[in-house]
Amino acid sequence: MGMTGILGTKLGMTQVFDEAGQVVPVTVVQAGPCVVTAVRTPDSDGYAAVQLGFGEIDPRKVTKPAGGVFERAGVTPRRYLAELRTDDASEYQLGQEVTAGVFEAGQRVDVTGRSKGKGTAGVMKRHGFRGLSSSHGTQRKHRAPGSIGGCATPGRVFKGLRMAGRMGAVRTTVQSLTVHSVDNDKNLLLIKGAVPGPAGGLVLVRPAVRGGAQ
Amino acid sequence: MHTAIAELEQAQTRTDIPAFRPGDTLRVHVRVKEGNRSRIQVFQGVVIRRQGGGLRETFTVRKVSYGVGVERTFPVHSPSIDKIETVTRGRVRRAKLYYLRDLRGKAARIKERRDTTAS
Repeated sequence: MGMTGILGTKLGMTQVFDEAGQVVPVTVVQAGPCVVTAVRTPDSDGYAAVQLGFGEIDPRKVTKPAGGVFERAGVTPRRYLAELRTDDASEYQLGQEVTAGVFEAGQRVDVTGRSKGKGTAGVMKRHGFRGLSSSHGTQRKHRAPGSIGGCATPGRVFKGLRMAGRMGAVRTTVQSLTVHSVDNDKNLLLIKGAVPGPAGGLVLVRPAVRGGAQ
Repeated sequence: MHTAIAELEQAQTRTDIPAFRPGDTLRVHVRVKEGNRSRIQVFQGVVIRRQGGGLRETFTVRKVSYGVGVERTFPVHSPSIDKIETVTRGRVRRAKLYYLRDLRGKAARIKERRDTTAS
């Protein structure tokens, strides 16, 4: 495990043909280049981690505290920062570049992003409820949740009962996706399947936690 | 669409595919892999639809084999297509020729397209 992960931008989805001529749906991720902006060590911070910076930003927009991080690392300011726990953090140097080349084709990865916001959504969309019957006398209640509990006993609605409300725009991880191919020149990762978030959204690609040792 | 994706699709798009329309009869030479050797298999039939756009475009070829209708759908830009030959061009008035599925024999014939009609 010589690597931690990489920050990137989801560019969108397309399809490619594999060696067998089969169509493979892929998400194109502009992965990096990231820089190491800080290294956490157990001695100074109590845990081992690497902080990565990614994305362009107008230097005037950088806050003073964030600016200090970049100044100490000796790099130009970046838009996003993410910290990744890793035991071999001491092998990383400040200002070191991390590119898409840390991944290889066929490798399993977990991809984290912020899912698309759906706004206020009903229980059928939000929780997969089945709704009520479309006929048999049902009136104006076809997508309703149905009963939400008893009457005088317990005399209240239980906490945490799934209801309609804000859906999406939360941090989501999709596990065990396959890296279809890596373009080192353009820093592109082609990941088989869908990843969370809109095109242009920030994603974090890490080696898969499932599926045993790499 | 992002330019990186457009480039990726452009790189896979085939330019050696002849123009064909629904109603045309094609000979599709397909590369078939059996174990570690590959051979060419020919699938001849009538194009009953073209669907999708760009790299995602597919077409469906229908033939009647031993009295059983067989339809195969290929991506237009699939690398497993060796080549496509146009056998005849057909004159049809639909984009999707699903009605051919209910017809057999003489009724399922398609008139040949003449160059005088706008081709």
